[in-house]
This record gives sequence, C-alpha cells and structure tokens, in this order.
Amino acid sequence: MGLEAKLRGDGFFVTKLDAVVAWARKNSVYPMPMGISCCAIEMMAAADPKYDIARFGSEVMRFTPRQCDLMIVAGTVTYKMSHVVKKIYDQMPDPKWVIAMGACTSSGGMYRSYSVVQGIDQFLPVDIYVGGCPPRPDNLLNALIQIQDKIGRTRARDFQNLKLPELNVIQNN
Amino acid sequence: MELKELISQKLKDNFPQAELDFSEFRNEFNVKFNKKFVNPICKFLREDSELEFLLCEDVTAVDWAKRKNRFTVVYHIFSLKHNFRLVLKADVDESDCAIDTVSSVWKTSNWQERETYDMYGIKFNNHPDLRRIYMPEEFEYYPLRKEFPLLGIPGSLPLPKK
Repeated sequence: MGLEAKLRGDGFFVTKLDAVVAWARKNSVYPMPMGISCCAIEMMAAADPKYDIARFGSEVMRFTPRQCDLMIVAGTVTYKMSHVVKKIYDQMPDPKWVIAMGACTSSGGMYRSYSVVQGIDQFLPVDIYVGGCPPRPDNLLNALIQIQDKIGRTRARDFQNLKLPELNVIQNN
Repeated sequence: MELKELISQKLKDNFPQAELDFSEFRNEFNVKFNKKFVNPICKFLREDSELEFLLCEDVTAVDWAKRKNRFTVVYHIFSLKHNFRLVLKADVDESDCAIDTVSSVWKTSNWQERETYDMYGIKFNNHPDLRRIYMPEEFEYYPLRKEFPLLGIPGSLPLPKK
C-alpha cells in the first residue's frame, strides 16, 4: 500500500527534487475561500462529507491568505469589492493559483451592470474558470483536479522571475 | 369618517397653501404636494394623535427624463395604528435639485435619503450626513438617472492594477 510498496526492497528511490516538490504541492492545495455570494454555498457543499474535498487534500480552508496557495473567488465581484479581492490576493505567498468560480466571477454573469466587474480576469490572473450559476460541487472538484494537474507540471524554473506585488494601498474611512 | 377622508381633510385644513393633490391607485392613497412643505406635512402626519404614521418604509425617486419637473421624490409611510399605507409625492426640478430632509421626523429616512442622493443626485437640505451610500465617494455620476448607460461609464470606477 502506498509509499511503502514503492520503497520495498532497497528502501529508497531516485527522483528530482523538483518533481517531489510539485507532487507535494499539488496534493496539499490550501484554498482561500473568497466566498462573496451564493457560489460560496456550493463551495461549502464541496467541503462537506458528501462531496468531500478532503479526498484531494484540500480540506484545509484557511481564512487567512498568508497560509493559502489557491484562491477560489466564489461570487459576484463588484468594483468596490475588487480592491479587497486584489488586496487579499496580494497577501498570499507565491506560488499561487486562482479559480474563478461561477458565471458572475468569470464574466459578470447575469449582472450586466455598471457596478459589477465583467470578469475578474480584468485584474487577477485566472487559471481555471468554472461555469454554472452556481456550479455544482462536483464541477468545483473538477476544477481543483485540473489545478492539481497544472501544479504537478510546474518546475522551480517557472517561479524564478516572480516579482513582489506593488503595494496597493486603499484608503478606508 | 373614513381614514382617507380624514387624512385629506386634516391636510387641507392645516396646509392650505401646499398645492395638495389626492389620488388613488390600486388601493394606495397618494398625496402630492409642493416640496417646500415636505417637512411640516411629514411631521404632522407622524405626530397627529389620530393618524400616527410612525414608520417610514421607503424614500425613493422617479426620473421622468424629459418632463418639466424632472424628478418625483416618493415616500412610503405606514400607520401601525390603522394598518394603513400612505404614499407621499413631491416634484423636484433639475434646476433646483434639492428637497428638505425628513430625517428629523423619521430616523430611518437618513440612509434612504442617502441612497436616493447616491442614485439620483437629489440633495436633501439639512441632512446630517449626506454622503454616497453604495457607490464610491469619488464617483461622479448618478446611476439611476435615465441618461446613465446600463454598463456604466468606462473608466469611471477604478479597478486594481493587474
């Protein structure tokens, strides 16, 4: 079973550190639940025992961005909220990924309106878009599996030229 | 005496110069008056012991676009004593886009007037805290006015840098 089966015999195997790091990363994605509206309910459902996001090693929803590497933006992002979303994204340590969950987040959805950002890719680098209004939990899990594939393919050289985000100060009264 | 008659009679007696106009639409009783009288009329309706309109349910406005008096400010008030809803209306023109506040009469109208100001640009004189309530404070337009495009004005609301 598991790792022991691989290690049987000589008790060691040879691989690249890069591959081990990517393997570890992809099986312990910590999501930042950016639940802004109704998609957040489906995101919570994905974490419950029926759909069980823990099967993919992502059950640790951290409510602080400092401990996360995947941001699930679940809900309608207004122009006012966009600054908050970006601020939280900037606080997440690199490397980090973004799932745009639901129609509103991906394209504005049914809110074709002056107050709603018509797709968060206008200010965030989105890795996976999840369709649906709201998407079913299995759809979100599918997105997570695709993110895991993407993370599994990363190597250290992909992160060599990362820049620190510009300080984005918002005046709040 | 029926309540509607009582209201109209009392208002006529107390505010003969208010250009009162009574109408009824789908069982809702409407009172229209000159905007200068908004504060005394509201105060009267709230404090009169036979009426007691204690609850201000909504303050909003209508934009008639090309009409002479462009806006109508609408108040929905409710009397718990009579289980009766009354609609108050006052016309406001664009050239003098202001009306007196009723937040001294009903405290709830404070935020409702701020919303009306935010969406239509109608100023409420003597309001204790007349700021935008939904849109960012530096926003320059009034979204529910007829000339405002559905998708907004590009660049008027700043997005964070990518």
